[in-house]
Amino acid sequence: MAAGLPTEGTNSLHPRAGDAARKDVPVCSLTERLGDVRERVKAEGWDAALVVDGERVVLGLLRSEELAKDPDQRIEQVMRPGPSTFRPYVSLHEMAHFMEEHDLESSPVTTSDGKLVGLLYRTDAVRLGMQPK
Amino acid sequence: MASLIDRDQLQRLVAQGAQLLEVLPADEYKEDHLPGAKSIPLRQLNRETAATLDAHRPVIVYCWDIA
Repeated sequence: MAAGLPTEGTNSLHPRAGDAARKDVPVCSLTERLGDVRERVKAEGWDAALVVDGERVVLGLLRSEELAKDPDQRIEQVMRPGPSTFRPYVSLHEMAHFMEEHDLESSPVTTSDGKLVGLLYRTDAVRLGMQPK
Repeated sequence: MASLIDRDQLQRLVAQGAQLLEVLPADEYKEDHLPGAKSIPLRQLNRETAATLDAHRPVIVYCWDIA
């Protein structure tokens, strides 16, 4: 509803995907050189990056496996295109279960129009979503 | 006159004093709503309930957009 921004009401007391998604995840464009992106991502201490367009609509995902490919390739040649995304309002409890069941290390969180909110790590979802109520 | 607006326009209008009105059922409003929004469920929206709004300020009506 609020694209990852705060809301009011009883549900707002429970942590949701948008709350825990890391908003500072590195981003890159389709035409960048993988080697350049990898350097930037590592320098910032990350192991993943999102590929976005000029309006921050998510086009692809780069995890460790993709970041380790031939550095002279363009991002569009190596990325995981069209990754599954999740909406910010989904409860972290639900996200934690889903990510464990599907063995997802991280998942992009986007608004309904595909714009990046952040990258949710399973470790964060489990730590914050599995707490006793 | 009604018009569609995007998220940025909404934030700008609210900052300028526009009123937010959620027209989802009351239970859904209790669970979750935009900060400062007022609730008038669609089935209860009529001349009388609309009169509780400030006629001198713009009204932004919203429901659920799955985001």
